[in-house]
Amino acid sequence: MSPSFPSPARRGIAALAGVAGLALALSGCSGGGGAGGGSGEYTAPEDDLSAKITYGVWDQNQVPAIQENIDAFNEEYPDVDVTVNVTPYAEYWTKLQTQASSDTLPDLFWMNGPNIGLYGSNGQLEPITGAVDAGDIDLANYPEALVDLYNIDDVQYGVPKDFDTIGIWANKALFEQAGVPLPEGDWTWQEFQDTAAAISSALSAQGIYGGAGGMDGQTTYYNTIFQAGGSVIDGDTSGYDTPEAQAGIQFWTDLIASGGSPSIQQLTDTTGDQWFTSGKLAMYWGGSWFRSAITDTDLAANVTVLPLPTGEEQATVIHGVSNVVSAASKNKQAAQALQVFLASEDAQQQQGDAGAVIPAFTGTQSAFTESLPDANLQVFLDAADYAEPLPVSKNSAAWNAAETELLPQAFSGQRPVAEVAEELAEQMNAALAEE
Amino acid sequence: MTSTSHRPGSSASPLTGRAARARPGGSPDRKGDPQPPARGRIAGDGFWPWLFVSPLVAGISVFYFWPVLQTAFYSLTDWGVFGGWTFAGVENYVALFADPSLYLSLGNTLLYTAIVLLGIPIAVYLASLLNLPGLRFAGLYRVLFFLPYVAMPTAVAMVWRVIFNGDFGLLNHALALVGIDGPYWISTPGAATVAVAIVGLWSSLGFSLIVLAAGLKNIPPEMYEAAELDGASRSRQFRSITVPLLTPSIFFVTIVTVISSFQVFDLLYAILGSSNPVLPRSMSLVYFFYREGFVTNDKGYAAAIAMVIFLIIGIVTAVQFRLQKRWVQSD
Repeated sequence: MSPSFPSPARRGIAALAGVAGLALALSGCSGGGGAGGGSGEYTAPEDDLSAKITYGVWDQNQVPAIQENIDAFNEEYPDVDVTVNVTPYAEYWTKLQTQASSDTLPDLFWMNGPNIGLYGSNGQLEPITGAVDAGDIDLANYPEALVDLYNIDDVQYGVPKDFDTIGIWANKALFEQAGVPLPEGDWTWQEFQDTAAAISSALSAQGIYGGAGGMDGQTTYYNTIFQAGGSVIDGDTSGYDTPEAQAGIQFWTDLIASGGSPSIQQLTDTTGDQWFTSGKLAMYWGGSWFRSAITDTDLAANVTVLPLPTGEEQATVIHGVSNVVSAASKNKQAAQALQVFLASEDAQQQQGDAGAVIPAFTGTQSAFTESLPDANLQVFLDAADYAEPLPVSKNSAAWNAAETELLPQAFSGQRPVAEVAEELAEQMNAALAEE
Repeated sequence: MTSTSHRPGSSASPLTGRAARARPGGSPDRKGDPQPPARGRIAGDGFWPWLFVSPLVAGISVFYFWPVLQTAFYSLTDWGVFGGWTFAGVENYVALFADPSLYLSLGNTLLYTAIVLLGIPIAVYLASLLNLPGLRFAGLYRVLFFLPYVAMPTAVAMVWRVIFNGDFGLLNHALALVGIDGPYWISTPGAATVAVAIVGLWSSLGFSLIVLAAGLKNIPPEMYEAAELDGASRSRQFRSITVPLLTPSIFFVTIVTVISSFQVFDLLYAILGSSNPVLPRSMSLVYFFYREGFVTNDKGYAAAIAMVIFLIIGIVTAVQFRLQKRWVQSD
């Protein structure tokens, strides 16, 4: 990551120098940058195009599927040499920022919702308008909410390569043990709360809980805010000062107060997914990506997926990663060709068959549901119909930090929900005003 | 150590041979020699000395001094995410000194440093134990104590995270055996800082221990023998010989420990986790810097924080050097 992590060997001996290293961490990001965005010009290259390009990703699990994609791409363009650079997620964005500042971004790389605003609005990315105009990418083939996510100031920078929605991962064995019937079909907030509390009280001796809140908005409170008819961000302002958003937060305060969920402190020490995989949690609100943590475990036979409960309306958060081309790429044509290829039905089908993710191209998703045939993974695909995009802005991280700081005080009941939400809205609006 | 070298007959004593063996790297005879007068005359020798140190000076200038100057400059700007800046004057500093997070993180850093410094007396004691003549497996113990220092901080942090776990952790389980209901260490404000500092103390112990053990080797064994003849007890020997003669080494590890404690980041980041609700109340100065610079992308502000950290460490170190005259025995 940054040089502000002193390695153990350097600590001590170069300690004084390390102080200066702090400064280095910062100025390492200076210079360059601020390049104007690309024009979106695009022409499909000739087959004999020869180029070396890099493709930046963060998920090692997906590399085999990516390699299959690239092999297929090379059948068409044998002289384009693609190097895949994997950087773990924790360091991916720090590294990308440094690369962007020095105009050394990978030619093609993964982008996500919270960061697209930052890169799109700062001219770092090449729009896909040319490929769309040429008919090589048809936006109608991908979930609309996600296509919109990658549209900044009316310019389209990418299409989703995959998507994820939120569902409830349920441990059937714990329902049975607690003597609580497994809910079927759509259900309400109240039914969820009652079920969670019933399981917790029946199995309290074993320290087992019915449900679990958490600090991750995407899998928990963003969903309930949408279900209550509220919003996290509405245009340029925070949605937290509305009664609807506050009802969505109250849902989790109630769940913890009733004993239906471990406390926020317990969830900090041991996160919801850990409670679930240890067999101590009956219902875990989690993304479709959680499937890979379940497959090939003892838990797999006992797991099924339930749709999220319905509040004022039915809703789930949808998000998906996109492939974007760097505006500073020296081999833009080759990078765009790969971008177009990865968005194609064939490439998406390959992604789906590899089973690591749900591909975004409509009609290529069936392989995902078959990867855990008894778990009713169809819930995640159906959810795309009523999904809301992950709330983001140009500098999402600035107000995400305020959420992490303030909301636990509401969840734990330490302060009234409305009071915390008002304060959060204030801080968030201040952060949004600076964008 | 002046007293030893001037003691008549000590150099002729048969014990001297043992002392010399005990410090293979040192030169026992140097102590009696007059100081060479040419010391500190680098300027008078023309450019030659500078030529020889120039590779080092060049590296340090490019990688340390230049970035410091740049950071000082950028701390006066409003610095965009991908480069591009506008001059902002002292705006960042005005905002920083009005920001409660600065004082909070400074307080946490001081608490952390204070706890980690407690490791130095522990290290002095352990080092003198390890230095006992005839101790078996001394080398093995030294390796064991040093291992945490060379272990990856993140790996160390993950293990301690499990130990500190409120519901299932080893620590609270052990405390329960003696009837103490342990807190949720990493998710209770205050306790979180203490928890991280305990790990910091534990992992820096090895380094202090090795430095102090080397310092102990420089204490001539005849002093202990003389003390024994005079009937001084072990603890009296420890207080009146070991500790005073070890002060230069203690001073060195104190400086190094304070500097590295002021820069604590990795342990805190890895043990508490970035989504920990108590993190904003438990963060250190460097974490505060990281958060502003790399999470919320306010890099000009982060540069101002870096400058403040730089100044604080500089001042603390200067004060320590000044105070050392009062307590460090120099030879």
